[in-house]
Amino acid sequence: MNTTIAIFILAIPLFMFLLLGLCGKKMSHPLAGILGTCGMGAVLVLSYITAFTYFFSGSPEFITEAGERLQVVVFNQTWLQFTDTLIIKLGFLLDPISAMMLIVIPTISFMVHLYSLGYMRDHHGVYEHGFQRFYAFLSLFSFSMLGLVVATNIFQMYIFWELVGASSYLLIGFYYKKPSAVSASKKAFIVTRFADLGFLIGILILSFYTGTFDFMQLTSTPVEGAQNIFHVSADTAMGVKEWIAANPAPTFMGASVLTWALVLIFMGGMGKSAMMPLHIWLPDAMEGPTPVSALIHAATMVVAGVYLVARLFPLYIMEEAALNFITVVGAVTAFYAAMVACTQVDIKRVLAFSTISQIAFMMVSLGVARPDFHHGIGYMASMFHLFTHAMFKALLFLGAGALIHAIGSNDYTAMHGLRKYMPITHITFLIGCLAIAGIIPFAGFFSKDEILTACFGNSVVWYVIMSCVAGLTAFYMFRLYYLIFWWKEHKIHDPHHTPHDQPWTMTLPLVILAAISCVAGFVPFGNLVTWNGEPMFDHANFWTNLVHLDWGVAGISLGVSVIGIALATVMYRKENPLPDKLSNALPTLWDWCYHRFYWDELYMFVTHKIIFNCISRPIAWFDRHIIDGAMDGLAYVTNKASYAIKGLQSGKVQMYVWIYLIGALLLGLITGLCLM
Amino acid sequence: MDYSQFLVMKQEIGLLIVFLIVFLCDTFMSRRSQGAIGIISCIFFAAFTILGFIPPILNPGDAFSGMYNSAPVVINIKNILNVGVLIVMIQALRWADKDMVRVRRGEFYELLLVTLFGMYLMISARHFLLFVIGLETASLPLAAMVAFDKHRYESREAAVKYILTAVFSSAIFMMGLSFVYALAGTLYFDGIAMALWIDGVNVLLAVALAFVIAGIGFKLSLVPFHLWTADVYQGAPTPVTSYLSVISKGAAAFAFLVILWEVFGEAYPQIWEWMLYGLIILTITIGNLFAIRQKNMKRFLAFSSISQAGYIMLGIIAFNGMGLAALLFYILVYIFSNLAAFGVIGAIENASGKVWMDDYNGLYKTNPRLAFTMMLAMFSLAGIPPFAGFFSKFFIFTSAINQGSIAIYILVLIALINTIISLYYYLLVVKAMFIKQDECVIAPFKSACSERFALWICVAGILALGVVSCVYNHFLDISVA
Repeated sequence: MNTTIAIFILAIPLFMFLLLGLCGKKMSHPLAGILGTCGMGAVLVLSYITAFTYFFSGSPEFITEAGERLQVVVFNQTWLQFTDTLIIKLGFLLDPISAMMLIVIPTISFMVHLYSLGYMRDHHGVYEHGFQRFYAFLSLFSFSMLGLVVATNIFQMYIFWELVGASSYLLIGFYYKKPSAVSASKKAFIVTRFADLGFLIGILILSFYTGTFDFMQLTSTPVEGAQNIFHVSADTAMGVKEWIAANPAPTFMGASVLTWALVLIFMGGMGKSAMMPLHIWLPDAMEGPTPVSALIHAATMVVAGVYLVARLFPLYIMEEAALNFITVVGAVTAFYAAMVACTQVDIKRVLAFSTISQIAFMMVSLGVARPDFHHGIGYMASMFHLFTHAMFKALLFLGAGALIHAIGSNDYTAMHGLRKYMPITHITFLIGCLAIAGIIPFAGFFSKDEILTACFGNSVVWYVIMSCVAGLTAFYMFRLYYLIFWWKEHKIHDPHHTPHDQPWTMTLPLVILAAISCVAGFVPFGNLVTWNGEPMFDHANFWTNLVHLDWGVAGISLGVSVIGIALATVMYRKENPLPDKLSNALPTLWDWCYHRFYWDELYMFVTHKIIFNCISRPIAWFDRHIIDGAMDGLAYVTNKASYAIKGLQSGKVQMYVWIYLIGALLLGLITGLCLM
Repeated sequence: MDYSQFLVMKQEIGLLIVFLIVFLCDTFMSRRSQGAIGIISCIFFAAFTILGFIPPILNPGDAFSGMYNSAPVVINIKNILNVGVLIVMIQALRWADKDMVRVRRGEFYELLLVTLFGMYLMISARHFLLFVIGLETASLPLAAMVAFDKHRYESREAAVKYILTAVFSSAIFMMGLSFVYALAGTLYFDGIAMALWIDGVNVLLAVALAFVIAGIGFKLSLVPFHLWTADVYQGAPTPVTSYLSVISKGAAAFAFLVILWEVFGEAYPQIWEWMLYGLIILTITIGNLFAIRQKNMKRFLAFSSISQAGYIMLGIIAFNGMGLAALLFYILVYIFSNLAAFGVIGAIENASGKVWMDDYNGLYKTNPRLAFTMMLAMFSLAGIPPFAGFFSKFFIFTSAINQGSIAIYILVLIALINTIISLYYYLLVVKAMFIKQDECVIAPFKSACSERFALWICVAGILALGVVSCVYNHFLDISVA
């Protein structure tokens, strides 16, 4: 594999960040935007080359004769060496999931770069304040996200994980003059940082007992007779289990150390991927510019948690307890978020809760995956859904951005009946809704069907719950769709300011993503991305996914979705009193859903009332009186001493020499005396 | 005699060639084109610096029956010093162009190269005769450099103070050496080490070591051999001060390490560990206490550099491979940080003649870039992450802790408390520049191209060394090997 390309994939966005960050203010707005976009375009081309070479070149580096896909370490440089064993490396790992992410991230990122050229200016074509800073941060984010997915060891992943969090913080708070944006960025940062604490502890436990950070040593084994090539199978991670069994590893509260490590690592994933109860930051993160929401808070960063679990999957399958934990968390989150999404009035909040719900789908899918059921179909389904979801959710967000741009408000009560004014946005948004609802032949249908199959293979309970969530998804998405584009017609007050479709830089990404959402379901994922690299079908082509459908599962899920859509149609297509009646009939449920089950209030209570009063105050007192007191004392003593000895520096050279001589003699005398 | 062993000395020979070129240019170039002499020196020295990084032709090692040594570590410290000297030379270009010194500017560069040659000998010497020659070659021309602004009274006074103390310290040093010779009967480093190994330590050795340490302590300005420092730093022309504070100090620190480790390693636990112990505490603390009340920037940096020397000594007292690596890294980082500070001071002095801390009030408003550079330098000197200074302090403390005894833990603790004190006075400068904005003393000005270039190098060093780890890893590789 070509090392230069790999380095450039990471170096170009970093360089763009530095260039735009340092010299951006001196550039004109369009130049900065175009530079950023071109840089991302170059990354897009290079990543496509890398990913397609990996998947389709058939080179023995990447695929064995039996068709098993391998892990390739393109480069792996030592970055910090503390001791012989404690080494932190920076590298580039190419395997099915990282190659897939090399398609997803640059695609979405490039679309967002392009889209923002139009979005980040007002109707008169005036660029927003901080336009260059925006592109610099986008580049920083792309760099960090790419570094995260190609990490060769868990510590590198952690570093980039934090960088991703930092760039997300910067971008959520992009409108730093808006207090709500500032507090949202702080909230996102603090909540994910809190989760990352668990992640870090998990990493430390895992590496303490296994003695390594490397994924290649944790999850896979080297292929004989080849350098830097590894493969994954059910046995490859057993070495870790043996290490832990060989060392006197304690169990803690009835669970093994490995389970604890994996659950704690998953906690980091819960924060980043907004799983309950750490989901509270994601809806608020919508304060950032909409393209940012599309890139970071829908398609790429928030799936990092899923990616993390997938990356360590060979470890997770050894600990069923950890996997079951993931399933439960995922299923609860999926259901919760879908319920809440049915009641929100802010278009971006609906999409945010929908994102939480869909990521939870991926988590459940990983949680129910077992190697003995259909080659671990859940793993494949999760990655498949990650891929398709990235495309159609980015599409929906960018569509929402177009609406917000045209109307100037996030509230869809201001939108109603827009289909005539914004036909392109309307059609692309409809495609996005159909895809997420899981209507054949759009992308979401296939991936959701695989997930439901995997759930069915594990337990009927999960299958039923997830099917309900799928129905809810169809319902709330079409509720959103009808309320924006249908419901009652708007009276246009000012004929000069009719809402209209956007410039081509914003339309083109919408059209491209819509096209991808139409066909992405036909990608034969089972042959490209599986947990151990072994293909699921003998021959794969465009129709593979359609031919191998399990119509029992698919039919039911399709039926559920159609019911959800039909309900939404009845209730929201035209202005009618049905929705109000329904909410009045179930006042408590409506209230709880509308207020997101009062999670934010709960957090406020815990932090303000309990933590601030019981923990922070005593610490603040200690800091003010004991620590500051010690520092003040030190300063006082220092100052006095400094004043007392100032006579030493008299400026007389005779005295200097005297002191010199006395010093030397004293030095000799004292040591001499001590020796005797 | 095997003449091929001269090849081991390729850096000394290269330096001599640069010196000769500068000397010949200075002598034979016409009066009108003399302005180019500074640039010529810089260019040739830059080429020489780059050549230094090329791996040696011969296997590095001893030459001249063990009098001269050129191990990989030695080559590395010379390269580090070269980088620093190059920055100093570039920074001096503007000053050397001033009216009072321009006729003699060639001499400045020649003297500078000669002292550097002396330091090379100090570093490479494995025989005390060669060492003393190096020491004197490095000391005496420096007096002439200190007096270079001879039209200024302070400059002349500083030179007199410097030469008197230098001569005195040399005498003490030689006295110590004569004791050592009496004990060991040889002046070869390995010979003395062998003799000590056979005879063990005694009281005479303690006295001898005290004198030797005092002699080198003068160059390093360890307390109580430091009293000349403030006056000389203040009086000397700014480029000379920066040269004294980083290059001279760096070379002496390394030579000090070689002498203590290789010659007197046997006496470590009984004698010099405790001597250094006391000197380090005194140096760091007293340096800090004086730095707090300085109002003159150069005097302020003089005391700051005294306490920095104390930190460098921690690498020596560690007495392990990591200590050597940490010392090299510390010197490198210290070169960048301190030269950045002196670069700003020099630029301001050249443009406006201001040298007092109060003059720096509101510098951020008038000259934001210089203020930023100064802030970086101060942060790095104080050891604030993520700048290079933090890592150099971190490594040097770690190396000392690795030594393992309780006494050293206490020493590191004292050093840590002192870093807090030092933070206070470094931040005073930052405060003056950024917060006290009511009156702006220094008018906006554009610093010379050469000054800016040198500052860019320093800033790059401060930022990059904090991030790039391979430099320290390289030092660790060569010093553990």
